Formats: sequence, structure tokens, C-alpha cells
Amino acid sequence: MSIIVNENTPVIVQGITGRIATFHTTDMAKYGTNIVGGVTPGKGGTRHCGVEVFDTVKQAVSATEATASIIFVPPPFAADAIMEAADAGIEYCVCITEGIPIQDMIRVKRYLRRYQHAKRMCLIGPNCAGVISGGKALLGIMPAHIYMPGPVGIVSRSGTLGYEAASQLKAEGIGVSTSVGIGGDPINGSSFLDHLKRFEADRETEAVVMIGEIGGLQETEAAIYARDHMHKPVVGYIAGLTAPKGRTMGHAGAIVSTAGESAAEKVAILRDSGVTIVKLPSEFGVVVPKVLRR
Amino acid sequence: MEIHEYQAKAILADYGVAIPDGGLAYSPEQATYRASEIGGEQWVVKAQIHSGARGKAGGIKVCNHEREVAEAAEDLLGKRLVTQQTGGRGKGVYRLYVEAAVASESELYLGFVLGRAAERVMIVASASGGSDIEEIVASDPSSIVRINVEPAVGLQAFEAREIAFAVGLDPSLVPQAVNLLTACYRAIIDLDITMLEINPLAVTADGRLLALDAKMIFDDNALFRHQDVSELRDKSQEDPRERTAVDRGLSYVGLDGDIGCIINGAGLAMATMDMIKHAGGDPANFLDIGGGASPERVLKAFRLVLSDDNVKAVLVNIFAGINRCDWVAEGVVQALRQLDVEVPVVVRLSGTNVKEGQAILAQADVGVITADSLAEAGTKAVACIAGRATK
Repeated sequence: MSIIVNENTPVIVQGITGRIATFHTTDMAKYGTNIVGGVTPGKGGTRHCGVEVFDTVKQAVSATEATASIIFVPPPFAADAIMEAADAGIEYCVCITEGIPIQDMIRVKRYLRRYQHAKRMCLIGPNCAGVISGGKALLGIMPAHIYMPGPVGIVSRSGTLGYEAASQLKAEGIGVSTSVGIGGDPINGSSFLDHLKRFEADRETEAVVMIGEIGGLQETEAAIYARDHMHKPVVGYIAGLTAPKGRTMGHAGAIVSTAGESAAEKVAILRDSGVTIVKLPSEFGVVVPKVLRR
Repeated sequence: MEIHEYQAKAILADYGVAIPDGGLAYSPEQATYRASEIGGEQWVVKAQIHSGARGKAGGIKVCNHEREVAEAAEDLLGKRLVTQQTGGRGKGVYRLYVEAAVASESELYLGFVLGRAAERVMIVASASGGSDIEEIVASDPSSIVRINVEPAVGLQAFEAREIAFAVGLDPSLVPQAVNLLTACYRAIIDLDITMLEINPLAVTADGRLLALDAKMIFDDNALFRHQDVSELRDKSQEDPRERTAVDRGLSYVGLDGDIGCIINGAGLAMATMDMIKHAGGDPANFLDIGGGASPERVLKAFRLVLSDDNVKAVLVNIFAGINRCDWVAEGVVQALRQLDVEVPVVVRLSGTNVKEGQAILAQADVGVITADSLAEAGTKAVACIAGRATK
């Protein structure tokens, strides 16, 4: 088991003919991901990276029965691509694109609410590293070799910190069921909470590592869920203890603007909710094995 | 992107928000001329800098004579104004806004921000205008009204009325408030504004609502569709190092410490800064070189970090996914050969092409201190400062 994607999930790539998309499509296919087609408006009927290209997501879905998509479309057009995926009935959509305007994301989130919760497309990202299910499928841009199959679920805002955790676990001989990068934007598709629920329901996952940062209240919301509803242990790290207030630290969403958004406040709330805190980003490999042994 | 008060007011006026008469001045002569154009007997001379809290810092002067206007302008122009929000260096005053003084009966707070939890534009209003919102939250929390606007249909009149009544406006002023609120919301949507604050919003004795101050921030990611807004950028108000960073495709925030950081990924950058702090050091900056960084970009990052005289050591921490360690290593070697690097450099490489990267560093023999893990990188960088490590 794993969450979101496995080796059988049929995947299409939106914007497949672009330079970056081409590179990562090749990488994802090499990892074993079941890439079944691509979409680039105006290039329908051609082939790229060994799969057929379609003009619209609807055409691609009806021809390939894809249930997941990954978006490598430039920021001005990315919101449109996400809504197109939702309208075509895609279940899981990963958006890698960085730099989508906030108003566009507000519109996307409103659009997704057209669908009842149970039928609503799960959007991962934007501005994220994507999803990888150890040894099964890669729907993202991670360096795949640092993930081995195993019992730990990872959900992280930051891409590189997710890598850091996975590689520290690998050094301890511990693998990853699925790692999800939810992205660093102020408005993103799915939250920590959404993925904690999935990991709680996943039979293979035994513990979850949650890697947050300053800004927003999603980590807090997730910690409260973990306290009230989860049986699996959660390990948490929050980046940005040294970040000054009111300054954006790289990620558009990494800014402390109201109470409860600083790293120290989040760490306190997580700890009070029973989350095991990783104090330093160098200690995932120390803390997680202890939690697994418990 | 931030803009000046006078620019924000001009935009609001275009959308139908009432503002006091005013004009821009670049010299004391112009300031006096503006005052005479505006007429009346009292004016306010306001320093145009990208910061709030200007009043407390002496950046806003009330004048009762045209001569005083000239004196105020003389005093403010060319000065660096240090407010609670600018940091120690302050911001240069190169433009003034001269405005007719307004006698207000009461002053309200009005803000439009991104409500992250609701994922909508949130309107925040309070009857206690004048001070900043944190102070209002602390001193008079019950006076604050919040409304999330449904994005599919936009702000409705009834919602605007609810806000107007909740902040205690006289019923005769409510229609004006509705127009003002809808005008602001329209501007926000049209121009991709992420933050708009009218504080104070004055109620005058003759029954008008006037925006006495305005702060506006635009979504950098949406500037591609607003040529006219991009032109309002004032580079004199930006930190020179941060401005250079933006122009070079890097994300940089200057801090007060002495360990320069060159890292990929915002999360890892923040985490590395935390590591340094924990090991007893102080980061000099936040710097994310982004994905797919070329050797040239790494070289540029070195230039930028070393332009800060406080930097006594440099820590390069890379976990390459979309990046390549060999390219980063090339960049490090180029930097050490081309730039006059007098401080120790600690390099930790991990991920894509790590072996190639380490080989490049070893072969070049440029005297970097290598580290294999995040923990080691942090400790070694801090040890450099303490003088315990040799180059």
C-alpha cells in the first residue's frame, strides 16, 4: 500500500512537451510510473516521451483512463490547467509550477468546490516537489534514489527538507511508504490534515513525519486532528525558528503575519497535541527510529 | 511589490474612493507650490517611503503656513527615515506628498488581506482607526469585524452594509461606505492586490468618508499581467542586496549575523539557519539559489553573500533533486578562484551527482571545508567563526 499513487496508477503529464516536463517525464517513467499520455494544446496527435499527446485533458482521460495528472505548465496558465484536470475527472493532480498568482489559486479552490467533497479532485501543490511512493511510482521531481520502500509517510511543505528527511531515514535503513510535498504557497491544494487522514488509513504506513514551516495554521490544524483521531505516531519538525517576523522567507507562504504562525508557537502546539518533536533538521534519523520501536 | 501612499491613493481615487486634495513634490519649492494649489490654511507634508509608522518617526508634518511647508520639505527630503518597520538603516525620502489637512470626527481602520484559512479575500474593519491592527487586536478586540468575500460573486452590498453598521457609522454614511468597500474590492480583483489598508479612514464633520492614508501591496506573481502596476516600482525603497538578488534569480533576505548561507530550497534554507543558531552561530542571510542552478548562479550567490561585510564564514548546503551537485561544485570553485574570498567556506553536497561534485571540489584543491551531513555542516560553519577551524 501507499497513498495517492502506486505502480498501477495511470498518469498523464500536462504540458508534456516543455523542456522541464520532458526531463521529468523521462525520469518518472524510468522509476516505473505508469505514464499513459500527455496534454499540450495544439500538439494533439503527436507522440512525446513515448506516449500520445492530446489537445485537451478530457480527450486524454477518455483515451487513456488516466486518474492522475502532473502539471508542468508556466504560471500564467497553470490555474487553468488545474481546473481543466478537475473538469476532466482526474482524481489526483500534482502541480509543480511555482509562481501562480494568489487570485488564480483563490479561483481554483472555489472551482474545486463545485464537486462534492467525496468526488473533489485532490490537488497537491502548487509549488511543490510532488509525490513519491517508495519503489512504486514517482509523480514529482524528487531525487528518487533516496527513497526506499518502507513504513514511514512523509508530508512536507518544503521539497528539499523532505529529501533531507528521506535520506536520513535511508541511512538508518528505514523506507518511505509515500512522501508528499504540499508546497510553499499561501494557498495550496491539499493540506497536512488531508494527507494525515490518508496515512492514518493506509495499512503500510506505521508512522508519519510532518515537516512544516512558519506561516499559516495548517500544521496546527493537523496536530489537533492527530491528537483526536490518529492511532499512528506523528513526528513533527517546523522550520524557521530564526526567521524574523514580517519577512517572507523564500516561500510566498513562509511569513509570520498573525499569532500562532511562528515556528516556536507551532512547535508548542504540536508538542501539546502529542506530536513527537524533531528539534533539529539533522535529527529525523535519530527520532523516527525511536518512535517506530515504541 | 509595495508602492507609495500617493500612488495607492491615485489608484483608489480612480476607483471612486474619496481622498483629500494633494500633490507630489520633489523639492521644497514644489511643496510650497502644491500647498498654494491645494489652498486652505493647513497642510500635511508626508514622506513617501515604503513603510508604515511614519508619523511616530517624524515623517509626517502638519504645517500652518506655506513657509512651514517649505521647511518641512527641506527637513525631510534626502533624509533616511527610521521607523519601527524599516530596520536600522531606514529608508531614503526622495518624494513628498503634500495634502490638505483634514479635521476628522472619527477615524476607522479598514484592511483587505488574504484570509489564508478561508482562502478568500478577508475584510477587516474596526472603529478604532489610527493605530496599527496588532494594537487594535490587543486593546479592543471586540471592535474588529471580519468578513470573507465569496470569490465567485464578489463583495455584496449587504456585506458592506454589515461592516458599516458594525463599526458604528451613522446611517447617513452607510451608502458611501458601501461604495467605498465595493470600489476597494474591485481594485483588488482587477489589479491583483494582496493587501490594502486604509488607516485611518476618516469621517469628516461635513459627513464624508476620506482615505487619509493608504497602503497597497501587489502580488509579484501577477505583475506579468499588469504593465502599468510594474511601472510604479520604486527601487530606491528596496534593500540593495535584496534587489540585486531578485535581478539575479535568487531569493535573499539580509539578517544581522556573520555566517553567509548559500542553500537550495526555502525550507532547507530556513532549517539550516536554525541549525546554525542552535550550534551557537548567527546566520547573515537567507538565500535560496532555486532549482537547476548553474555554476554562474552559484558564483553570483557568492558575490551577493560576500557583499555583506559582516560575513566571516560561508556555508553552502545543497540537497540536489532538480539541482546538480557537480554544477554547484563548479560554481564554488569558480567563486574561490575569481573572487577575493578571505573567509572559510564550508560545503555540504548531497543528492543528484554528489560524487561528481565532491570530485570536482577535491581536484580543484581550493581549500573548502567539506561536510557530509546537515549537522556537520552547521557545526563546522560555527566552529569557523569561533576560530577553531583552519581554512
